[in-house]
Amino acid sequence: MSETTTPATEGRVLPVTDLSLVVLVGASGSGKSTFARRHFKPTEVISSDFCRGLVSDDENDQSATRDAFDVLHYIAGKRLAAGRRTVVDATNVQQDARKQLIQLAKQYDVLPIAIVLDVPEQVCAERNAARTDRADMPRRVIQRHTRELRRSLRQLEREGFRKVHVLRGVADVEHATVVTEKRFNDLTHLTGPFDIVGDIHGCASELESLLGKLGYVDGVHPDGRTAVFVGDLVDRGPNSPGVLRRVMAMVKSGNALCVPGNHENKYGRYLKGRNVQHTHGLAETIEQMDGESEEFLAEVRQFIDGLVSHYVLDGGRLVVCHAGLPEKYHGRTSGRVRSHALYGDTTGETDEFGLPVRYPWAEDYRGRAAVVYGHTPVPEATWLNNTICLDTGAVFGGKLTALRWPERELVDVPAEQVWYEPTRPLRTEAPGGHDGRPLDLDDVRGRRVVETRHSGRVSVREENAAAALEVMSRFAVDPRLLPYLPPTMAPTATSHIDGYLEHPAEAFAQYAADGVERVVCEEKHMGSRAVALVCRDADVARKRFGVDGPTGSLYTRTGRPFFDDESVTETILDRVRAAVTEAGLWADLETDWLLLDAELMPWSLKAQGLLRSQYAAVGAASGAVFPGALAALEGASARGVDVSDLLARQRERATDAASFTEAYRRYCWTTDGLDGVRLAPFQILAVQGRSLAALPHDEQLALLDRLVEHDGTGLLQTTRRLYVDTGDPESVRAGVDWWLEMTGRGGEGMVVKPVGAVVRWGSPRSSEAESGGGEGRLVQPGIKCRGREYLRIIYGPEYTRPDNLARLRQRFLNHKRSLAIREYALGLEALDRLAEGEPLWRVHEAVFGVLALESEPVDPRL
Amino acid sequence: MFLTITTTGTPERPATDLGFLLHKHPEKSQAFSTSYGKAHVLYPEADAERCTAALLLEVDAVALVRRGKGKGRGGAPDAALAQYVNDRPYAASSLLAVALSGVFSSAMRGVCNARPGLPAQPRPLRIEVPALPARGGPELVRRLFEPLGWAVTVEPVPLDVRFPEWGDSRYVRLVLESEALTLAEALRHLYVLLPVLDDAKHYWVASDEVDKLLRAGEGWLPDHPEQKVITSRYLSRRWSLTRQAMERLELVRLAEADDSEVEDIDNAVEAEGETEEKPTPLAVQRRDAIITALKASGAARVLDLGCGQGQLVQALLKDPAFTEIVGVDVSMRALTIAGRRLKLDRMGERQAARVKLFQSSLSYTDKRLAGYDAAVLSEVIEHLDLPRLPALEYAVFGAARPRTVLVTTPNVEYNVRWESLPAGHVRHGDHRFEWTREEFRVWARAVAERHGYGVEFVPVGLDDPEVGPPTQMAVFQTEKNDVNVKEAKAA
Repeated sequence: MSETTTPATEGRVLPVTDLSLVVLVGASGSGKSTFARRHFKPTEVISSDFCRGLVSDDENDQSATRDAFDVLHYIAGKRLAAGRRTVVDATNVQQDARKQLIQLAKQYDVLPIAIVLDVPEQVCAERNAARTDRADMPRRVIQRHTRELRRSLRQLEREGFRKVHVLRGVADVEHATVVTEKRFNDLTHLTGPFDIVGDIHGCASELESLLGKLGYVDGVHPDGRTAVFVGDLVDRGPNSPGVLRRVMAMVKSGNALCVPGNHENKYGRYLKGRNVQHTHGLAETIEQMDGESEEFLAEVRQFIDGLVSHYVLDGGRLVVCHAGLPEKYHGRTSGRVRSHALYGDTTGETDEFGLPVRYPWAEDYRGRAAVVYGHTPVPEATWLNNTICLDTGAVFGGKLTALRWPERELVDVPAEQVWYEPTRPLRTEAPGGHDGRPLDLDDVRGRRVVETRHSGRVSVREENAAAALEVMSRFAVDPRLLPYLPPTMAPTATSHIDGYLEHPAEAFAQYAADGVERVVCEEKHMGSRAVALVCRDADVARKRFGVDGPTGSLYTRTGRPFFDDESVTETILDRVRAAVTEAGLWADLETDWLLLDAELMPWSLKAQGLLRSQYAAVGAASGAVFPGALAALEGASARGVDVSDLLARQRERATDAASFTEAYRRYCWTTDGLDGVRLAPFQILAVQGRSLAALPHDEQLALLDRLVEHDGTGLLQTTRRLYVDTGDPESVRAGVDWWLEMTGRGGEGMVVKPVGAVVRWGSPRSSEAESGGGEGRLVQPGIKCRGREYLRIIYGPEYTRPDNLARLRQRFLNHKRSLAIREYALGLEALDRLAEGEPLWRVHEAVFGVLALESEPVDPRL
Repeated sequence: MFLTITTTGTPERPATDLGFLLHKHPEKSQAFSTSYGKAHVLYPEADAERCTAALLLEVDAVALVRRGKGKGRGGAPDAALAQYVNDRPYAASSLLAVALSGVFSSAMRGVCNARPGLPAQPRPLRIEVPALPARGGPELVRRLFEPLGWAVTVEPVPLDVRFPEWGDSRYVRLVLESEALTLAEALRHLYVLLPVLDDAKHYWVASDEVDKLLRAGEGWLPDHPEQKVITSRYLSRRWSLTRQAMERLELVRLAEADDSEVEDIDNAVEAEGETEEKPTPLAVQRRDAIITALKASGAARVLDLGCGQGQLVQALLKDPAFTEIVGVDVSMRALTIAGRRLKLDRMGERQAARVKLFQSSLSYTDKRLAGYDAAVLSEVIEHLDLPRLPALEYAVFGAARPRTVLVTTPNVEYNVRWESLPAGHVRHGDHRFEWTREEFRVWARAVAERHGYGVEFVPVGLDDPEVGPPTQMAVFQTEKNDVNVKEAKAA
């Protein structure tokens, strides 16, 4: 990065880093704006003149300069924070002006680059004179600019510019070309696959074993995989030269990448003759290197010198560095970034062993890129917020660990012995897995947009998030045991058949129109929606979900625990668990936990309060009032007063009210402990590593039938079903009859679902939708068809009277349908994130979104 | 929605005079339109000896539901589900009272043009209301009607005969009998007391209700022993701060999505009247103890975590030693009420700059809470399920890390000293647990140990030699030289 002062030749080439702050330096009239226009995108360039115009309506109003530069710095700051190259088109001939820009570049950890346009004063003056708006600019201004520019030229590098290009004369400016250079740390084009190896510390033998286990043969992987070393190759261990030799050879041959650790860094300084303390295992390295050739030492020095602080890999999905890196430093270039990458962030405190206390940056991490790092020895490598520390203390007798990427599989070999006594015992520093570390409010608060794989961006409004926060905080189960909330479901289009508000004919027709041929009608159980997370044992719950004690959870559609008494929940989980074991589903589904969507019965179990205060109250009031009212009417009638219409109407109302009472009574039965409690699972939502949301419903139901069959306790109940071909009138008629028969006997109704589960419009086969290439929007995952009598509970006892029905038929379904799809997309997203082992906050974000959407205004009767 | 009025008579004072008094002819059935449906008046019996008038209101349940005012998308009604299926068509509620005053307005005023002397004469009256919603039960019904000279028969209506274990409904069958009252008096009693007993939540009380109450209550309300109950219930929706903030439909919807009632989840604010108007001495003692401890710690910037209705924030504002006071609560309703209590919108700029109220949750870490001198958790932890307590612990002691943390919570041992508290009961419906002194200390010491605080315990209220104080307080202080994590990072 030397000052480019070579005489003007045709076509000077100016390398400019892709993420940098480019500062143009030149007198007024030197052609900066023209140069900027020619070589950069219009949006990359911010000119001081333009900013002057913004704040004062006059681009040449010098009194607005201070405000104009405030605006300029503000815009530049926003662009740099967003990772966009920015070109500042201002004279910048004064050191003070440049200092502020260098400060800005440092603040956002990007390279400051100067391009100087050193054009003769005469030329500048002539150009200005030709411009009407600058014609009256005094000559002395340009003279001063030129003087200041000359004075600046020599000191630009010292000021902090990392590249300085000086273009002398008009021709030089005219013929220069700008080429964009990538940053050294930007290896996004490399997609691996990678094997990222943790801190080695001279454990050469363990390294060889690990490379062997990973499939490398003499440093080369037959499948073309690339090893990535997170640094700390040397010190403490028995054979640092051996490790260096292996790693350097692999890097040289293109089979590996390596980022520096703090130990290489220190050793590198030692090799350069700096005075460093021979502590923390450096003495061992120096001693071991004693027998090595000068040539090798020189190679090592060169190797260490050339290491880049961190790498951004695989399209930006992966960041590798030694000590962890907050998202704002990814791909950035500054001393601060390098220091962070090497040493991490510390709090300034020291612990009882005299070691610096590290700032728990990973707890705050919310970035999309996975950060793989080392530096801090932990007993087990575990993911925390999409970061993972691979230093499992090989040199301290732990193990040497590697992460396969993108597979996210961990591979390790045990240490052959304790090579070095640790200063402090190994313990996990990644909280969250095991000690109830809460999520951050910023994960859920305020207006949010959640990116979903299946339906794009779903937004949550602030007031809805606020309501969800209240319920989530005060009533919900532990978020770690709440990986999903069920979406709301839209009812069928309004029927115009006499006496009906809802009728299955509409549901079949709707799916036929959506291009769904095969649907399953599932009986709507007369209970409450329940989600059950069932772990094989408490140990699995601890390892996978990070909770101590419970073996799962059983919660309602707003995340509240079904039972206040944890032991009741555990008893139910025990029974389900036993059935899963008996049915052999653990092995078949290759999992040690599963998440079930189900209905818990009776409804009265949960809705006791509502039933009493709302439904039974209506029944009681109507039951008390009608005998007297009818008697009075009959008395008046007997006296010859004409009340026949009124009497007939009141008799009807009395009948309707009695039907209403019958309708809610079907949802109530007395339970004693768990006797009488039943659970009807209708979907396995997820198992270890897999979301089963897209598993076709016929396969789902077959699995669940097996589960129910193997339940010896009478808890589990099957879901009755009927498959219907929406294009076949015969089949549709059978579906309607089935519903009529079921609801005629007092059943709640049914839910019609595409057999293919996750289906997009016009692509009835779920596999297409699942592969992500699905065209068109999601179709409703289910449509409910509620029975005529059941709807009395919703629309009131007298809703079936023709005049009431006529009014009630004007219901607006679009918002409910849209809500159902948005909640469904969030639910699917939560399951996908859960299955992929994403951090808790990512899963929680989607789950929270479902709860928030549930508080959106929509006709509650739908 | 039905009631009957019966009178008996003699040949000199025939019972059919009732027709004159009510201005309704006994041989006809007459219908009147009201805003909620049609009211009918008819006479099942009418002769000189005995005459009964029946008022029957046909409520239009579908029309009862207000249309949404642009909030519900697509013109759909934006209302709570509870409005669709309710007892209004059947129970004798405020709607019936409104119908009563409309249909029998001159009878209520004691005007009878045809027989001017008649209204002033008392006569035997029997009034039957078969389905009267009565919050407060038969007991209150008696207390309301008996002082007015009625012989009261009141029978509770069972909730559902099929499920006897559910007990009685809130309805009663009411029969009132008297020889000494005029019909006008009787109607005015009903007009006021039906809605008082109903105490329903879903109907707005118009702004001229005070006048109406004064008019209808003339001559009997001022001397009624239950005057306070009657007045406050009748006007409750107009006066109550808590109710005004109730329009939180988001929470209503979440409750309904889960088949529960909004009161179950929007219960962060105590029912009106309790700590609101006349704080119990214990609440005052608690506040004093907290302020004393805060002053002793030298704190200037203070967090009130779980500030509720803002009583403590208000007290802290009075002391200039507290330069910044932040009240946070997860309940938006509580924050709204706190904001009104503090009159934030009318406060001077300098004063307003000292106080902030915002929603937060102690189940999550919150960066805005970092860097304060002290945090108060007064009567907060017991509102959390025990398994969620570690999250609060981390959010406060691990993440926010104020130098001083004050935690108060009930001492369950003291509960035996509360005479009104049944044995084994917690003090508040939302208390998920209440701790003994030992339990609290074990928890507090473990927290202090884990997060590098020292802890001391202070009794609040009378320290009973046997069961200890009613409230227990833990004062946590960071150990010396402990550097705040976030501060160190910023430095």
